[in-house]
Amino acid sequence: MAKLNLNRVEMPRQDPKKRGKNFNEVALGYSLEQAKEEASRCIQCKKRNCVTGCPVEVDIPDFIQAIRDGDMPAAVRILKSKNALPGICGRVCPQETQCESTCTLAKKEAPIAIGRLERFVADWERANMPAKDSTPPRPKPTGRKVAVVGSGPAGLTAAADLARLGHGVTIFEALHVAGGVLMYGIPEFRLPKEIVQAEVDFVASLGVDIKLDSVVGKLATLDEILAQGYDAIFLGTGAGLPMFLNIDGENLNGIYSANEFLTRVNLMKAYLFPDYDTPVKVGKKVAVVGGGNVAMDSARCALRLGADDVYIIYRRSEAEMPARREEVENAREEGIQFKLLTNPKQFLGNDKNWVTGAECHEMELGEPDDSGRRRPVVKKGSEFVVDLDEVIVALGTRPNPLISSTTVGLETTKYGTVVADEETGKTVKDRVWAGGDIVTGSATVISAMGAGKRAAKSIDEYLRG
Amino acid sequence: MYKILVREDLVPGIHLFKVAAPAVAQKARAGQFVVVRIDEKGERIPLTIADWDKDKGTVTIVFMEVGATTARLALLKEGDAIADFVGPLGVPAEIENYGTVVCVAGGVGTAVVAPIARALKQAGNKIITILGTRSKDLLFWEDVLKSTSDRMIVTTDDGSYGRKGVVTEPLKELLESGEKIDRVVAIGPVVMMKFCSLTTAPSGVRTVVSLNPIMVDGTGMCGCCRVSVGGETKFACVDGPDFDGHKVDWDLLAARQRIYLDEEKCAYDEWQKSHAA
Repeated sequence: MAKLNLNRVEMPRQDPKKRGKNFNEVALGYSLEQAKEEASRCIQCKKRNCVTGCPVEVDIPDFIQAIRDGDMPAAVRILKSKNALPGICGRVCPQETQCESTCTLAKKEAPIAIGRLERFVADWERANMPAKDSTPPRPKPTGRKVAVVGSGPAGLTAAADLARLGHGVTIFEALHVAGGVLMYGIPEFRLPKEIVQAEVDFVASLGVDIKLDSVVGKLATLDEILAQGYDAIFLGTGAGLPMFLNIDGENLNGIYSANEFLTRVNLMKAYLFPDYDTPVKVGKKVAVVGGGNVAMDSARCALRLGADDVYIIYRRSEAEMPARREEVENAREEGIQFKLLTNPKQFLGNDKNWVTGAECHEMELGEPDDSGRRRPVVKKGSEFVVDLDEVIVALGTRPNPLISSTTVGLETTKYGTVVADEETGKTVKDRVWAGGDIVTGSATVISAMGAGKRAAKSIDEYLRG
Repeated sequence: MYKILVREDLVPGIHLFKVAAPAVAQKARAGQFVVVRIDEKGERIPLTIADWDKDKGTVTIVFMEVGATTARLALLKEGDAIADFVGPLGVPAEIENYGTVVCVAGGVGTAVVAPIARALKQAGNKIITILGTRSKDLLFWEDVLKSTSDRMIVTTDDGSYGRKGVVTEPLKELLESGEKIDRVVAIGPVVMMKFCSLTTAPSGVRTVVSLNPIMVDGTGMCGCCRVSVGGETKFACVDGPDFDGHKVDWDLLAARQRIYLDEEKCAYDEWQKSHAA
């Protein structure tokens, strides 16, 4: 056996001082030499643990071998045969808890940087391969039609797989661009919109028809779509409804849901106001309430828009934060301040209804709760006031009831999620499948893609039945 | 793209577009709205559906020039197209045979009241319409509202047409006249809807208002349009736009409509500068 190389090749990043003032991508990606060097660390084990760690089962060792051999077109083909969105996944997947965590070298604390290599392959393709060369030949049409509702990671993946199997696929998207959370939620500096658009275009090039501005539930119900001649429906509408704290003062001016703040900034490009028409308020002292990736994204956007002080207010400690370590570190490097074990009790405002601060409690951790994390408990008499002129509430999201409330025969939970079989995505309603955040509540891009993939397989089996 | 088939300038600053949007026209109902985005750089703004034609596949919107986006919209001509036209959004107005309904319309809200009054009339209600504007030259659709009204009262603030004064005066008289009023629908500027609700509150007559707070997506995703109704936070885009006027926190609504006052002014100034050049 070759000698193990435990030196992961670092990926260059923009300097924290500079990047805190621009929306350009933070991580800069590998050069070909760096990619080859990292790829050469892969020991090509017989037992392909990394593949089992990947929700969409990318043939990881094979594309890494192709990079090592310098055969980049082959690397592209191998990667894209399983994953239609590699540029996105290479940037936002939590590889450290998936493929990289099951990598044999993870035992030596030096797993192959699979995510960085995936990103490199996708970026190489965009820069070097004309779109026609990367579009696989169209299969023979089956004559069956599938409607996909929502064009986020779940919908795009299901649509791509179904189209590659020869089915006629139409995506219905409520917003004016396709991509869902990849477009409205994740900021430009973490996931450039040009990359999302290129991967959406790739899905369209497989023969998928994308209908924008189409709010299913309002424009047509699921039964009406089935009656229009679709043989099956995949629901991938995500979790789009923002949760609030439900405390006093939450409707003050200057208090945003993270969804609204990020939608204004990313989708509507408010950072380019007034060249773009949509404005966003930028405070000098901004608090983001929450500890997930969306909270980090919101805080880092506020910083880039010119805030002097940006605080993350989170009721548990850093160990319980659901955000990726990498994003917490990026945020800290850029100067985001963490107020941990802190929870707002109420928001304070002036006579013009503008927020002026938050009265917070200090918290301490008690016994573990349902989530397995230690439950935060209010420390009595610990109230203190933080002066603020903007608050972004990033507590998570729930599924939008627009479809479930207009559909007969769909089963939902008390959290508003749609009940579907974990393996196949089949709902209790005839000819309707669902997957992604609409089933699980807010989760990750790749888990939604995995659900889209499994549902596509099940839909295909049904259609060929 | 959604083509503008007909454009009418109703009164100075208020325009009507008949837009080709067949799918929206199939589903539109009184009280619903669309979200419009003019072009790539445009913001998403909610505009109420004033009329629709299923057979011709058209949806009519009526809007007032109040800022950069609506001023830009007002420059479009017949044959031009709008990038995005999303709908029909919101919960349709409640339509039943209630008995006698007073429909109060103020300013551009006239276009919102029209399809609701028509549907209420078709449902068998007796309709008394109060139409108010600042002056005669801002009055439009008197004939449209008249065609669905059993009685019609027009008020102007300056007395240049109809009765001099504001809509709440005839509304109060109707409530005190002894005639049985079963429902009031009041749609117009926030201050008008607030005072109509205050006027009807003592009698307890159910008063429905249509709220138009700032929105982004219009589908329940962002929470920008949150309003307080009966002490509960509601999203006007998916829970409304119609609410019980007696329960609305009007001061909060008015304050939240002013969030972007500075930016709106900045955008309008920029637009006027570039438009002049």
